[in-house]
Amino acid sequence: MNAPYDENRIVLTDEQVRRRRGRSIAIALSLALFVVLVYAVTVVKLGPGVLVRPL
Amino acid sequence: MAGVEDYLALLKPRVMSLVVFTALVGLLVAPGHVHPVIGFTALLCIAIGAGASGALNMWYDADIDAVMTRTKSRPIPAGRVQPGEALAFGAMLAVFSVATLGVLVNWFAAALLAFTIFFYVFVYTMWLKRSTPQNIVIGGAAGAFPPMIGWASVTGDVSLAPVLMFLIIFLWTPPHFWALSLLKSDDYARAGVPMLPVVAGHDETRRQILIYSLILAPVGLAPSLLGFAGILYGVVALACGAMMLMLAWRVYRDRKGQPAVSAARKLFGFSLLYVFLLFAALLADYELVSLGWLR
Repeated sequence: MNAPYDENRIVLTDEQVRRRRGRSIAIALSLALFVVLVYAVTVVKLGPGVLVRPL
Repeated sequence: MAGVEDYLALLKPRVMSLVVFTALVGLLVAPGHVHPVIGFTALLCIAIGAGASGALNMWYDADIDAVMTRTKSRPIPAGRVQPGEALAFGAMLAVFSVATLGVLVNWFAAALLAFTIFFYVFVYTMWLKRSTPQNIVIGGAAGAFPPMIGWASVTGDVSLAPVLMFLIIFLWTPPHFWALSLLKSDDYARAGVPMLPVVAGHDETRRQILIYSLILAPVGLAPSLLGFAGILYGVVALACGAMMLMLAWRVYRDRKGQPAVSAARKLFGFSLLYVFLLFAALLADYELVSLGWLR
C-alpha cells in the first residue's frame, strides 16, 4: 500500500540524491572495512586458538 | 547537502598525513615486533582519531573559520555541513577510534590517543586558541603525540626515544605556525585570534621563531647524540637543522616588504619538509642498522 501523498514533503534534487547515495556507499564501505579488520585481528591474535575453548 | 568529500575535508587530510607518517615511524622504530595487521590497525585508529580532532576543531571554530580567507571555504562556514553534523561525526569517530585501538591493540596507546584528542579539542581549540598567544606552543603537544602513540602501540609503554620524537615536533610547531601567522596575521586579527604577531607584533614573532629554531636544531640532533639513531640520521638532522636556522635567521633579518614575505614563506615551506625529512631519516637509519648496513 502506498503512503498517502503529502504535498509538503521534501523532494530531494538529483544532486542531493547523488550525494546521499555517495554517503551511504561510504558508510557501507567503512562498516565492511571494520568487520574485516576485527576478523583479521581476531585471527592474528588468537590464530588456531580461536577454536580452542572450553566446552 | 554534504557529500563524502565534505566529510573527508572535516578530517583535515593534510594534517592527517603528517600524523600518520610520524606515527608510522614511531611504530616501526619501537623495539619488539608487531604483526602488520595490528600495526595497520594502530595507524588507522591514530589517523581516525586525528581526523576526529580536526572535525571537532572545525565544529568549534566555525565562527573563526568564516572570517578567515584561508578557512572560509571549509565545509561548515561554506554551509555544506551543519555544525551539529560535524560535532556528531567528530565525537563518534573519536570514541570509535579510541575504543578500537584499546580493544584491538592496547589500552595504553588508546589512553594516549584519547588524551591527544582531549588536548587538541578542549585544551587547544576551546581554551588556549582564543585566549593566549602561547596557544600553538602548548597546543603543539597534541600534534607531537602521534609518534609516541605509534611507539606505545608496539611496546605498551613510553621511553626516552619517543619522548625525543615528541620534543622534535613540539619545538618545531612554533616556528612552523608563526611563519604562517606572519603571512596571515591580518586574517587572525580580523577573526580575533590572539596569535603572536597580532598580540606582540611581527618583530617579537621573528625573535621567538629564531629562539625556537635555535632550540630545535640541537634537539633534532639528540637521537643521534644519545645513541637512539646513527650517523645517517645525524647528518640529515644536522643539515636540516642548519637550513632551518638559516631560514629563521632570514625571517629575523628581513623585516620589510617582499623580502620579509618571501623569508616567512620559505621558512614555512621548509619547516614542513623538515619534519618529513627527519622522521624519514630516522626510519631509514633504523632499517639500515637492522640490516647491518650501517653501524
